[in-house]
Amino acid sequence: MTTLSQNGSLLAGSLRRRRLPKALPPLLGVAALGVSAAGILGTGAGGWVLTVVVAAVLFVLATLIVSGAVEGGRRARDRVATIAVYGAFILALIPLGSVVATLLAKGTGRIDAEFFYHSMNNITALDSGGGAYHAIIGTLQQVGIAAVLAIPLGLAAAVYIVEYGRGRLTTVIRFFVDVMTGIPSIVAGLFVLAFWVLIVTPVFNHGRPGYSGFAAALALTVLMLPTIVRSAEEMLRLVPQALREGSYALGVPKWKTIMRVVLPTAAPGIVTGVMLSIARAAGETAPVLLVAGGTPAINFNPFSGNQESLSYFVYEQAGAASQFAPGRAWTAALTLIAIVAILTIAAKLLARRSTIGR
Amino acid sequence: MNMAKRVEAVDVTAYYGSFKAIDSITMTIEPKSVTALIGPSGCGKSTFLRSINRMHEVTPGAKVQGKLMIDAEDIYDPRVDVTAVRRAIGMVFQRPNPFPTMSIYDNVVAGLRLNGVRKKSTLDDAAESSLRAAHLWGEVSDRLKRPGGGLSGGQQQRLCIARAIAVEPQVLLMDEPCSALDPISTLAIEDLIGELKDRYTVVIVTHNMQQAARVSDRTAFFSIESTGDPGRLVEFDDTTKIFQNPGEKKTEDYITGRFG
Amino acid sequence: MSESPMPTKVGPDPTVHSGPTLGGGAALPRAGRGLERLFRWFSTGAGVLVLVVIVAIAAFLITQAIPALRANQANFFTSTKWLPNDVAHPRFGIAALAYGTVLSAAIALVIAVPVALGIALFLSHYAPRRIATGLGFVIDLLAAVPSVIFGLWGRDYLSGPVTDLSGWLHRYLGFIPLFGSGGPYGNSILLGSIVLAIMVLPITTALCRDVFVQTPKANEEAALALGATRWEMIRTAVLPYGRPGIVAAVMLGLGRALGETIALAMTLGATFGVSIDLIQVGGNSIAANIANGFGEANATGRGALIASGLLLFAITLIVNVAARAIIFRRREFVGGQS
Repeated sequence: MTTLSQNGSLLAGSLRRRRLPKALPPLLGVAALGVSAAGILGTGAGGWVLTVVVAAVLFVLATLIVSGAVEGGRRARDRVATIAVYGAFILALIPLGSVVATLLAKGTGRIDAEFFYHSMNNITALDSGGGAYHAIIGTLQQVGIAAVLAIPLGLAAAVYIVEYGRGRLTTVIRFFVDVMTGIPSIVAGLFVLAFWVLIVTPVFNHGRPGYSGFAAALALTVLMLPTIVRSAEEMLRLVPQALREGSYALGVPKWKTIMRVVLPTAAPGIVTGVMLSIARAAGETAPVLLVAGGTPAINFNPFSGNQESLSYFVYEQAGAASQFAPGRAWTAALTLIAIVAILTIAAKLLARRSTIGR
Repeated sequence: MNMAKRVEAVDVTAYYGSFKAIDSITMTIEPKSVTALIGPSGCGKSTFLRSINRMHEVTPGAKVQGKLMIDAEDIYDPRVDVTAVRRAIGMVFQRPNPFPTMSIYDNVVAGLRLNGVRKKSTLDDAAESSLRAAHLWGEVSDRLKRPGGGLSGGQQQRLCIARAIAVEPQVLLMDEPCSALDPISTLAIEDLIGELKDRYTVVIVTHNMQQAARVSDRTAFFSIESTGDPGRLVEFDDTTKIFQNPGEKKTEDYITGRFG
Repeated sequence: MSESPMPTKVGPDPTVHSGPTLGGGAALPRAGRGLERLFRWFSTGAGVLVLVVIVAIAAFLITQAIPALRANQANFFTSTKWLPNDVAHPRFGIAALAYGTVLSAAIALVIAVPVALGIALFLSHYAPRRIATGLGFVIDLLAAVPSVIFGLWGRDYLSGPVTDLSGWLHRYLGFIPLFGSGGPYGNSILLGSIVLAIMVLPITTALCRDVFVQTPKANEEAALALGATRWEMIRTAVLPYGRPGIVAAVMLGLGRALGETIALAMTLGATFGVSIDLIQVGGNSIAANIANGFGEANATGRGALIASGLLLFAITLIVNVAARAIIFRRREFVGGQS
């Protein structure tokens, strides 16, 4: 027991601790920034980025020393951890803010009628005009077709997992749905290239590979499918079992119960997942590059001939040797992100209104 | 080594957001005694217990008003360090909650390590004496490095008691420590409580009136008028008095099972 | 994971098809029963399709890669050359590309993981509950930005600051081989890795946050009741409990980083060298090389790119399977406890 009382004396004492005044930590921060600015901007050793980095380091060190002296090491470490955690979040806002700011600064230049009503057909490197009409058509068609393919398949697979599945096969499928969400989009593109463009289409195309918007849609389907299955599965699980039983008790067959009761109940949440997957698909570039081929001209037929997409248009224009290309790339990027953002925000708002969500 | 301290609550009122959970509780808990808090569900006895070591405010939106003195020092004084309060006032929870990723040994000395004790011999001694005090040493001395989650429920709860007393607290709070345990484990814990009061001020919340009668010296009866009302202290007296000759009609109704 | 049954608590009622107790199925006219069967087959087929697709990806990539691999006059695994379009002497190897892929992904994780852990903790344990959801949405927005836009931003905007940073690193830390190059700076492993780090951040953050939020309240309170500060509570209760989940989250981030294409195609230098230097113009990755090289590839070139894609598929599959296995085991472990 002697050791214990030693511990006791080690730990005991007044409950009061000296604490830093509330105003001191912010003051330390300001002071760190001031010292850093004087030392770095003043002497010309670096720019504002370095100033902020050094200020952050100084702030942490000052907190460790001051808080450590006044409040003890444990409090000091707690304070530093808090600074680090808040700092991490602020750090993540920087690229997001910068992307948005750059998009708005550079992307608004080509928001004009020609951009949205014309293609790049017959536009040379010396022409300032040209537009993304053909690319917008391509994105809408490809994503539309992919949605038409992926939504029923994804819902059916989720219904299988939740309503019919039992045993090992279901576990394996569930597992690989998760794994499939991690397949790189370039691999999905290569798959459709190897399977559809190089093997299937040549049969109908005099032996020549058939690049098309539909092929891109197939690749997007591969990418959308697991996302839709996962979100639909989660939503179906949230449907109360009592609802199903109530329907069975009325003699309604299972498939009708699923179609009329289960799916409609889960619908808002499922729509959210579907819209998020569509938003992601709309931004994919790699599959389009590999299997739709891209074209400067308008092609309304997704089943035949090369097609453009908005994301591919951005990529192409970013690499094009023309002084007018960057402007087109940024405006196309702004258009693309507007589409993606609208879908994402709408999906999130819908999720919030969902009755059986969290 | 007289570490046990007196707990004095003066007009303690606790809220969850805007909901008032307990209203103006005033009572004095004597050192080296076992005090039981009883009452129907929702009467605020657990809330009161959690205000004694400032765990109530861990819940978002929860706050406490009033004074809570530990040997004349108000723990709600703004100059007081919350972590020092919680170290000085140990707590055992309703469900055994050993740290699942830690060994039995690491669980017991977790509090000491947090407080900067690093010396191996000190930790070893503290682990052994705490486990002995919690009547667990004999059962686990040969497997201290095994995970604490592998023990039975009763053993886990005694491990949590060992963890709580390893930091030599002045007061030990127990929030229905037996409600998740079988009768034999319950008996073991009750025996343990009887011994702990030689060194600590023990406050125990219990649903089980027989348990309160068996282990406690003093009993406080909490109650509410109706759902949504704050809990109030109805009667606080020697346990024998509360159970044999309660001063309040409400207490009698509760004790005899006519209410609650 | 193998023995774990599905969490069938909310699952189907097994008596529904066979049960004469449930009049519906049994009393149904023939057509109804046919529909029931059709519905069931369709959904089962859709489920199995997932497995079929994964097998088909491997099968078709192998089929298309073989002719090119046969024609290859260099060692596919050890050569750093990429000249598959040379009709007379096609020779190509994955070494430089694989090196660049792993290097850029590794650096991206070194940058992203600490930040992701910080943000996840911020959202789970630091930010006020009321605004945590809203702030989490900001991270979701970051996830929604298409990679081509990150690529464009990285190339047109970020390369400026990174060029400055490269010069600075070289001037003061040039003795470290990583920063040995005196220039020129621009599209480099450093630029690519920073862009990659930003892209990996959301998924890693989201998974870590989910894990941290699941920490049992009881364990957090146990730590606090022992007198732990918030940071100590996180170190005693939250991080140890979340460790498997953190590992899985990092691996999923790794999978994402290894497979990222367009952003790297726009920010790496697309050279075929193996260098430890991060700041000089250069760097390449398997995926970026496919995007960059596809346009001018002939049949053998296409096959070579598909062969490299096959390897990428294999690597990402392994990483993802490992990560998901950890999460899967954990999910059952947690589920079994509650």
